[in-house]
Amino acid sequence: MISIDVLVTQVSGLQRRDIDFWISQQWVRPDGHAGNYLFQDVDVARVRLIQELRDVMLVNEEALPVVLSLLDQLYDQRRRMRELCDAVSRISSDEMRQKLIRFLSAQSL
Amino acid sequence: MDDPYKILGVSNTASQDDIRLAYRNLAKKHHPDLNPGNVASEDRFKSIATANELLSDPIKRGKFDRGEIDAAGQERARQTSYRDFADADPGRRYGPSGFQPGGWSTDDLNDLFGSIFKQDPGSQNETFGNGWDESYVLTVSFLDAANGATKRLTLPDGRVLDVKIPSGTSDGQILRLRNQGTDGGSGGAKGDALIEIHVSPHPLFKRNGQDINLVLPVTLSEIVLGATVDVPTLNGSVHMRIPSNSAVGTKLRLRGRGIPAQNGKESGDLFAVLEVVLGPPDAALEAFLKSWKPEHPIEPRKAMEENS
Repeated sequence: MISIDVLVTQVSGLQRRDIDFWISQQWVRPDGHAGNYLFQDVDVARVRLIQELRDVMLVNEEALPVVLSLLDQLYDQRRRMRELCDAVSRISSDEMRQKLIRFLSAQSL
Repeated sequence: MDDPYKILGVSNTASQDDIRLAYRNLAKKHHPDLNPGNVASEDRFKSIATANELLSDPIKRGKFDRGEIDAAGQERARQTSYRDFADADPGRRYGPSGFQPGGWSTDDLNDLFGSIFKQDPGSQNETFGNGWDESYVLTVSFLDAANGATKRLTLPDGRVLDVKIPSGTSDGQILRLRNQGTDGGSGGAKGDALIEIHVSPHPLFKRNGQDINLVLPVTLSEIVLGATVDVPTLNGSVHMRIPSNSAVGTKLRLRGRGIPAQNGKESGDLFAVLEVVLGPPDAALEAFLKSWKPEHPIEPRKAMEENS
């Protein structure tokens, strides 16, 4: 967990007012509250991603919420898929897994 | 380590702006956070980022061009990516509608299993541990579907189900037999058997909602002079009066002889469409028509000429 002061020194090219704006838009959701925010690793990585989207890929701040929303949905689906796969691997028999593999590879033909 | 100019797809005389532009376009396509799970894209982006790191800095680029450093010497491990967190539990912080707690809700399960097993949203099988619905197909004759019948269905596991086909069942309709699906685990409710009904076509009858259409072949004298003929219906034949001087294609109605009333729908009608069958050539008929002078001559194609 790091503070906003540490964050702006760690991520080059990042302005403090950028972070404040992104938090006000709920694009970044650190712990704590205004004046005493605490950023977890996931928040720092997200700040980097938003910065890259804006500065490298030229996704402007009008379009950013759309891109972030789609990304959040994508990762939500990926987490669910992983949970589903975990559940299947934990409760299914070898035979069932083989059947699944055969069935899924047949579908892709 | 490959040539960083080739990786970015620019010449070694490219301006800094060209390099920035090339990197921007490649990043849009290959950024690993936008392509989670795509290993090829991830590797590709690593070399793109490394090449950009070297060439976007004019001092480093100069050293590289003069051979003072090599491309690999500049390679630096990329910081942890957003996807590393987003794919795992910490990513729940940024669920589509705020923080997403772990565990699957009933809605989540319905989203997934509902689509797989064609469950009705209102079905009873909403909690985990209940049995699944099993789907079967049963082909029945047109008359059985129209009048209703009981059909025996042998399941793959050897069980035998007596399926009651209600009268008026249509092609593609799905019947649900409660608690005849898969066993639920640890006291969960059994799933249902979902039986999709395929109705085989009938050589005479065609269904149209609650009504039945039928082509009724008649002789020339029956259509001109009128007659009382037997017409097949869903349950035995009935007498029907053909009025004299009916036209070919006339639809005669037998009220209440369609699909029986069911589920608040009234019973339908049977429509017999007249079709003339001339039979083998008949010398007497030909001789008569040659000498026949119509009482009221007509020009049946006159309207066609006017409209063509």
